[in-house]
Amino acid sequence: MEEQKEKISKMIGKQSILFLNPPYILAGSSIAGKKEGEGPLGSFFDQIEEDPMFGGTSWEDAESRLMKRAAEFVIKKAGLKSEDIRYLIGGDLLGQLIATSFGIADLNIPVFGIFGACSTMGESMALGAIIVDGGYADRVISLTSSHFAGTEKQFRFPLAYGNQRPLSASWTVTGSGAVIIGKDKPASKAEKNDGDNYGDNYDNNGSIRIKGITVGKIVDYGLKDSLNMGACMAPAAYNTISRNLKDLNVLPNYYDKIITGDLGYVGKDILIDLLKQDGFDISGNHMDCGIEIFDKESQDTHSGGSGCACSAITLTGYIFKKLLRHEWTRVLFVPTGALLSQVSYNEGNSVPGIAHAVILEIC
Amino acid sequence: MPDDKKKVTASDVVIENDKNKKEQKYNRYVKDMTPKHSWFANLCKAFLVGGIICTIGQGLTNLYKSWGAGEELSASYTSLTLVFIAVLLTGFNIYPKLAKFGGAGSVVPITGFANSVAAPAVEYKKEGQVFGIGCKIFTIAGPVILYGIFSSWILGAIYYVLMEIGVV
Amino acid sequence: MDYLKAFLVGGAICAVVQIFMDHTKLMPGRIMVILVCLGAVLGAVGVYEPFAKWAGAGASVPLSGFGNLLFKGMKKSIAEEGFIGLFKGGFTASAVGISAALIFSYMASWIFNPKLKD
Repeated sequence: MEEQKEKISKMIGKQSILFLNPPYILAGSSIAGKKEGEGPLGSFFDQIEEDPMFGGTSWEDAESRLMKRAAEFVIKKAGLKSEDIRYLIGGDLLGQLIATSFGIADLNIPVFGIFGACSTMGESMALGAIIVDGGYADRVISLTSSHFAGTEKQFRFPLAYGNQRPLSASWTVTGSGAVIIGKDKPASKAEKNDGDNYGDNYDNNGSIRIKGITVGKIVDYGLKDSLNMGACMAPAAYNTISRNLKDLNVLPNYYDKIITGDLGYVGKDILIDLLKQDGFDISGNHMDCGIEIFDKESQDTHSGGSGCACSAITLTGYIFKKLLRHEWTRVLFVPTGALLSQVSYNEGNSVPGIAHAVILEIC
Repeated sequence: MPDDKKKVTASDVVIENDKNKKEQKYNRYVKDMTPKHSWFANLCKAFLVGGIICTIGQGLTNLYKSWGAGEELSASYTSLTLVFIAVLLTGFNIYPKLAKFGGAGSVVPITGFANSVAAPAVEYKKEGQVFGIGCKIFTIAGPVILYGIFSSWILGAIYYVLMEIGVV
Repeated sequence: MDYLKAFLVGGAICAVVQIFMDHTKLMPGRIMVILVCLGAVLGAVGVYEPFAKWAGAGASVPLSGFGNLLFKGMKKSIAEEGFIGLFKGGFTASAVGISAALIFSYMASWIFNPKLKD
C-alpha cells in the first residue's frame, strides 16, 4: 500500500516525474575545443584544448579522448574513483556511438549507451536521475561529447571541401561534458581534504539537485532542411516545455531560466512564437546554449552552436556555476536533438526533433 | 487557394489538425522566419570568383598557345594546370575559404571538381588506402563522372543512330 | 578582349548557378552533375561549341565545358571507330581532367592531413 502510493506521487501529469528524493549533482566537468574556448563562455570551462586532435590520430579518436578526459576529470573533481561509480550513461553523434565506446572502455564502469542526438545530455541525466532515485545505483555518470570535424565528416562533407553554409546552419561544438549524479549530498571539500577545489565549490554554496524531468516525444513538423536544425527541433522543444509547464501546473516564471540546447537564433524565435500559442510567454527568461556559446559576429557561426556538447558543456561549465552562485535558483534544462542520419536524409525523410527537460534546483 | 500569399503565423501552425496541412504551413512559416544571405551579394561574389578563375584559365590557354600548342592541346594543359592548383589550394585549406566567399563561383569551374576529389582523398586517408581514399575519393566526384559518361553515351547513341540512318 | 570575355561569360555562368543554388537548396554535388549533363546536351545540339569558340575559357573552364568536351570526344570516336567508339569517346575526352584530379589528389593525401575549419 505504502509502495503503491509512492509510485503514484512520483509520476506527474502525462510525461513528467518529480523525484521523491531529488538526486544530487556531485560534480560536473567541461572540456572544450579551441573555438569554444575563444567564445563568450570560454572562461567558464574546466579545460580548453588547443589541439583539435586531442593528441589522437583521427577525428573519431579525438572525440573518444575528449570524452575520456571529461569522465576522468569529473570523477577527480568529485573526489571519487571510477569504482565508486555504479553505472555510466552516455552517447554521442558518431555512428553506433563509437566515440563513447572507445572513449570510456578503460574506465571499467558498466555502461548504458544511448542516442538522443544533441539531446543526449538531457536523456542521460534523466535516466541517471531515475536510476539513482529508484535506488538502483548510488552514483552514476551521465556524459556526452561531440566534435566539429567528426560530425562534418559523417553528416556533411570532408572538411577541405568548399561549400557555403546558409545562415540557418549551426556550428557543431567540440567538447565533452560529464556529470556525476548521486543519492547523497556531496561531501564537503574539507572532508575530502584534497585542498584543490578546481575553482567551483560544490558544497559550501548548497547543492544542485535534479528535482524532476519531462521526457520528450518525437515531434515531426515535416521539415526536411538538415541545414536548418533549429527550425526542425523547435517544435519538439515547444512540445516538451509546454508539457512540463502543464504537467507541473506552473507558469514559465516558475523557472529563473528555461534553457534550450541548440535551437540557435532561428529556432529560438520559433519556439517563443509557438509557446505563445499555448499561453506561455518565455521571451523574458529563455536562454539557448547554442546562442550563448559562440559570438555570432566574430566567430562566424551563423545560427549558433549545436551538437551534444553544446548543451553539455554549457550546463557543466556555465549553468552549474550560475546556480552555485545563486544567481539562478531553479532552471529548466531542455537539450534538443534533430533525428537524422545521412541515409534518412538521402531517402527523403523529414528531420524530426526531440527534447528532454531536466529541472535543476539549488538548495 | 486564396490565402496562398498570406503570411503563415505560429497560431496557424498550432491550430492546424491535418498533418499534411500542418507540415506545409510549418514549412512556409519557417521560410519566413529564416534569414538568408543576400542573394544579390552572393551573386556578385560568385560572378567575381568564377570570372577570375575563368580569366586565369584564359591566361593559361593564351600562354600555352604562345608556346606553340594548338587549340585543343592548350585547353588540355589549362585544365591540367587548374586542377593542379585547386588540389594544392585544397591541401593548404585555402579552397574552402574561397568557396565560402565565392559559392557557385568556386563550384562551377573545373577547380571545384578537383576540390571535390582532393578533399575526400585527404579526409579519408585515416580509413585506409583502399576503403578510405580508394572508395571515398569518388563520394562527390563519382556522380559527376558517372552521369557525365552516361549522358554523353546516350547522346552519342542518338547521334550514332541518326548517322546510320543518314540524318546527320 | 578575350580576357574580358572569359571573365564576363565565366562569371555570368557562376552567377546564374548561384541564384539556382540559393533558391533550390541544391547541394553542390548535384549542381556539378547538372552542369556536366547540360553541357553535354548543349554540345550535342550544336550550341555549346560555337559559344565556346567565342567565349574561350569563360565557356571551357566551367563544368558545362567539361560536358561539351565529353560529347565532342564521343562524336569524334564514333566517326573514327563506329559503334565501339560509343564506349570510348567519353573517357578519352575527359581523361586529362579526371586523371589529373585523381592523381594529384591521391598524391595530396600523402602530403596533407585533415585540418579543422577555422
